[in-house]
Amino acid sequence: MSAQRKGYVRPLDLRHGRVDMTHGSGGRAMAQLIDELFASRLGNNYLGQGNDAAVLPMPPGRLVMSTDAHVVSPLFFPGGDIGCLSVHGTINDVAVMGATPLYLAAGFILEEGFPLGDLARLVDSMAHAASAAEVPLVTGDTKVVQQGKGDGVYITTTGVGVVAEGADWSGNRARPGDRIIVSGGIGEHGMAIMAQRESIGFAANIVSDSAALHRLIAAMRASGAEIHALRDPTRGGVATTLNEIARQSGVGMMLQESALPIQPAVAAACEFLGLDPLYVANEGKLLAIVAPADAERLLVAMRAHPLGRHAAIVGSVHEDARHFVQMTTTLGGRRIVDWLTGDQLPRIC
Amino acid sequence: MKFIDEFRDGGLASGLAAAIRLAAKRTRDYHFMEFCGGHTHAIARYGVSDLLPPNVRMIHGPGCPVCVLPVGRIDMAIRLVREAGVTLCSYGDPLRVPASGGLSLLKAKAGLGRNGGVRGDIRMIYSSADALRLAQREPERQVVFFAIGFETTTPPTAVVIKQAQALGLKNFSVLCCHVLTPSAIASILESPAVRQWGSVPLDGFIGPAHVSTIIGSRPYEFFAEEYRKPVVIAGFEPLDVMQAILMLITQVNDGRAVVENEFARAVTREGNRKAQQLVAEVFELRRSFAWRGLGELPYSALRIRGCFADFDAERRFAVDYQAVADHPACECGAVLRGVKRPQDCRIFGSACTPENPVGSCMVSSEGACAAHYSFGRFGEVAVAK
Repeated sequence: MSAQRKGYVRPLDLRHGRVDMTHGSGGRAMAQLIDELFASRLGNNYLGQGNDAAVLPMPPGRLVMSTDAHVVSPLFFPGGDIGCLSVHGTINDVAVMGATPLYLAAGFILEEGFPLGDLARLVDSMAHAASAAEVPLVTGDTKVVQQGKGDGVYITTTGVGVVAEGADWSGNRARPGDRIIVSGGIGEHGMAIMAQRESIGFAANIVSDSAALHRLIAAMRASGAEIHALRDPTRGGVATTLNEIARQSGVGMMLQESALPIQPAVAAACEFLGLDPLYVANEGKLLAIVAPADAERLLVAMRAHPLGRHAAIVGSVHEDARHFVQMTTTLGGRRIVDWLTGDQLPRIC
Repeated sequence: MKFIDEFRDGGLASGLAAAIRLAAKRTRDYHFMEFCGGHTHAIARYGVSDLLPPNVRMIHGPGCPVCVLPVGRIDMAIRLVREAGVTLCSYGDPLRVPASGGLSLLKAKAGLGRNGGVRGDIRMIYSSADALRLAQREPERQVVFFAIGFETTTPPTAVVIKQAQALGLKNFSVLCCHVLTPSAIASILESPAVRQWGSVPLDGFIGPAHVSTIIGSRPYEFFAEEYRKPVVIAGFEPLDVMQAILMLITQVNDGRAVVENEFARAVTREGNRKAQQLVAEVFELRRSFAWRGLGELPYSALRIRGCFADFDAERRFAVDYQAVADHPACECGAVLRGVKRPQDCRIFGSACTPENPVGSCMVSSEGACAAHYSFGRFGEVAVAK
């Protein structure tokens, strides 16, 4: 009786291989893709449970949950890629509620024909971002769509965290007199993507600010400052986020254009393309609405953290029944900073 | 940003504002029209009006290429896509301009509209060269470039037509809607509102910036002389505009009416000869062209010359211009002639907003209505100190 020979499975060809329909069909090919490409990179005890859902320990506090779909084009851009972006974006959405982010889940929609090597690079980038942030990716799903029905890769991530009782940061808590702080240079993510897409040579040194902000936020919480609201100004930029808060809180805002931190290269690229940096997306910045007496203290705490080095007080909250966000321009005149109209930049996050 | 921030400096602006206050006589009003949408945008974006004394008023002019495009021209572009099945390449702003039947290029792209369902192949581009490249790359497609704009955007259109001919492209053509600045200025100056009724008081013009880099300052000399209106050509930065206002006030006070050039860093009297030759080689004057707001103006626009007829989408696909009336409540026409201000329009900010523009002036950020809506419509509100 001959011994059962051990089956040989040809490893995934990351150099020349491409996603095909079998990778999403639930058979061996899919199992191999998950084992070799995803689990080996993202591995942790929870993901290793191998069940339909992860069973997780839960510290005391209230649960905070957020989800974000990422459809960025190009997939790789200066300063990051759709992989790390999908990790940072969701961690930030949980953290700006004052919560400690704990776990992430990810759903991938892959287009038939997408190079496996690129997929491996993206998953590496996610793994690196998740482990640097110490927020493990605990469960996931993969689907494959026919060629022409997707755009390489779409990634949806969901995050959960906990927030202690009493920490009530919310977009409806801005009060007249509050100060508005932005954590650093605005418009870097959107312009990094745009510079790449439009091949603007002089803007080649603009890199996306994609970053996980939960440690900066923890430092802000530890400062003891009375923070009323925190939000990350992603799509629609600083202008849109401030308009959202103004409407939710039923207040107006006044910004100082000269106080806005903007990298010269970002300002130049915006000028060149006729864009307003106030409407350009950020992926590693936050806006804080803070009680006036605590603004300086919070600013000091933020500047002590690498991701808040260029933080600045850029304006204040006041009463305005129409909920306008306005700005004193560098010239000394006034203008409205309205909601974003239409679409400044397609598909950036 | 070097060479830009200097022209947006708050200290210099307050100095200029003081000089304007000093120069403007309290006993009279000054009404100046900024011709270009670029100036309109700068005035609104930087709050220049806040720095002017109340007796110096700015009237927005018709120099926004998207705004003066009549509905019928957008309809032609949509027909090309729907009926001739072409791939239309357009700059960003025209995509949102309302057309007939509740359509716009953007809606036609999404397959909306009465006989819709089929998505139109409409692409946003940044440069005429992008359209040419698409035609080269995909020879099975008929690519039409929707060419709009004043003299500034005309030379790049001329370049791609010449290149297409040199390359022998059979799948590239241009829907030419290029218009001429001097015709629009003449139309304003000849209008009864200015000449007879005096309902548009006009003491002078801020002359175009980028257009003048091409055509030079000479074409405006006729207006200064014939109509006794001072013209100061100014750049698109807010300090350029303020300096030009000061120069205009000085001319009015001195009783002079001449062409002065504030934008000397870019504009000469003769303009860009090479660009002018290129345009003359490819284009000829149209006998008449319909402008939104200004109506049919003789010899006010360009068409592609016969020797480049293969690249003229109007000839290749035999699409005709059909006049379409503007929305009855829309005051874009009056706004473009300087007869009304955006806020005088009944539907401004209610039925007509940048999200759902009824008229073209609410579309481009250079349009008077959009500029006022997006930047200017604040009241006096208490600001926390």
